Amino acid sequence: MAARAVGFGLPVAVLTAWVLTRYRFPGRPLLSALVHLPLVLPPVVTGWLLLIIFGIRGPIGSLLHDWFGIRLVFTTAGASLAAGVMAFPVMVRAIRLSLEAADPGLEQAARTLGAGRLDRLFNVTLPLASPGILVGGLVAYATCLGEFGAVITFAANIPGETQTLPLAIYTALQVPGGEAKAAELSLVSITLAVVGLLLSEWIGKRLNTALGR
Amino acid sequence: MSLAIRLRHGFPSTRLEIDFAVPSPGVTVLFGPSGAGKSTTIAVAAGLLRPDACRVEVDGQVLADTDSGVWLPPERRRVGLVFQDARLFPHMSVATNLRFGMRRAPAGPVRFDEVVELLGVRALLTRRPHTLSGGERQRVAIGRALLAQPRLLLMDEPLASLDAARKAEILPYLARLKTALRLPVIYVTHALDEASRLADSMVLIEAGRVLGCGTLPEIAARADLPLAQRDDAGALLLCQVAEHDPGRELTRLEGGGASFWVPLMDAKLRSECRIRIPAREVILASRPPDAISLHNVVPGTVRRIVAQAARRSVVVEIALPSGALLARVTPDAIIRLGLSPGGPVLALIKSTSIEVLGAE
Repeated sequence: MAARAVGFGLPVAVLTAWVLTRYRFPGRPLLSALVHLPLVLPPVVTGWLLLIIFGIRGPIGSLLHDWFGIRLVFTTAGASLAAGVMAFPVMVRAIRLSLEAADPGLEQAARTLGAGRLDRLFNVTLPLASPGILVGGLVAYATCLGEFGAVITFAANIPGETQTLPLAIYTALQVPGGEAKAAELSLVSITLAVVGLLLSEWIGKRLNTALGR
Repeated sequence: MSLAIRLRHGFPSTRLEIDFAVPSPGVTVLFGPSGAGKSTTIAVAAGLLRPDACRVEVDGQVLADTDSGVWLPPERRRVGLVFQDARLFPHMSVATNLRFGMRRAPAGPVRFDEVVELLGVRALLTRRPHTLSGGERQRVAIGRALLAQPRLLLMDEPLASLDAARKAEILPYLARLKTALRLPVIYVTHALDEASRLADSMVLIEAGRVLGCGTLPEIAARADLPLAQRDDAGALLLCQVAEHDPGRELTRLEGGGASFWVPLMDAKLRSECRIRIPAREVILASRPPDAISLHNVVPGTVRRIVAQAARRSVVVEIALPSGALLARVTPDAIIRLGLSPGGPVLALIKSTSIEVLGAE
């Protein structure tokens, strides 16, 4: 679920971050605000908005349902979407920071060597921003695993389908004698978080060394 | 063939009006103080900056002409640019950096192995840019630009960030490139030693306009240009080795229609070299002296006398049969010798004060 959320979200996040760093256009502040909205909104509100938009009767949800037979609400795919939307600002921020740190002089150099816009993006800019993209992806993955409010609102709490770790912990706590299970799950959660952070630190360092920073 | 650049651009605080045409192939040095507009000119030629109006033409190819709406973007100009800070791609090896432009350019006359040899980077090919020294980085950057098969090569103060030792290491490579590649090159610098060694043509830029444009010997020996105001002002002559006299440990050079004895050189007869004669080292006389250690008594005609009030000195431009010398003397010397434009004069130059700038 989380892997799918990051897998679909990351390319979009890279594109969004690139547009936000490299181009000045009238709707830019609005796009930036929209991207960061899930960060400040209560997650339940985000989930509710998703329900409105992607629900079977929602503007996009009805199209998906009628044309492709895809239903997002209360499915694993829906949980991915909700978690992905929540993790999106985290990814965009990390990628934007690393894109801004990438020297525009190198892109100029690539231009004079005959590299067009996309050529420069894929062969110069993105490799230079790779530490940020990787770290952003990892942190987003962890965020997805831990998403609660938006997922429960949009995709409910179905064990094995849309249940994230905190949802499982919450469910376990509702059952008498479920404390042991909750503790067990919490331990898993902590381990995942620590490993994730260490991993992102290590990868970031390796990549930066490769880039000579 | 020629290289012509004309541009007009208004910055918030200054205006730029540059216009010059120089022969191609050959190295043209844009010379002037910081902020004069040299780097802007380079950026316009590369297509990285779009000025209010401009026209850039290289060997008959129009790369930009605002009058007819032509503006090739940098990636389609095939104009190589070597930046002051090298700008190698840090995520690629030296070899991949070198091939970056080559892979994106049509096949051309510049071959990979030739450039690698010429710049002495064979041993660096597998290294990463951050493990290179400043001089090595700059050599790789030059190679990378050359391998993109440019029709024009621009170098924006490529040696400015290097210390004297690194500079001395890289200058011979540049001098070799100059003769090996038949390519128009624009070289921006405010270091006179680089200009003296590399330039064929020289364009003097100050405060956004061109003060003088011509061959290096022409420009260097003009007493009315700011170059002559510098402490290290001096004439530059292209010479040929005419004879060696091992017994006296002297070599005779011919250039500018005159002969110059210099300490014995290790160079083939008829090979070419440049000499620089600092203005402050030249003594003027109206009669040949006798019983003097000096070897070079060069007859010429006074062309210009320019006073430098602040320095309480005078710069005299002396025309030779084909070329000119500069001499810096006191105003009193002018009066005592009775010098005036058009009159004859003898320039006395010590052999040891003639700077021989590497045989070409």
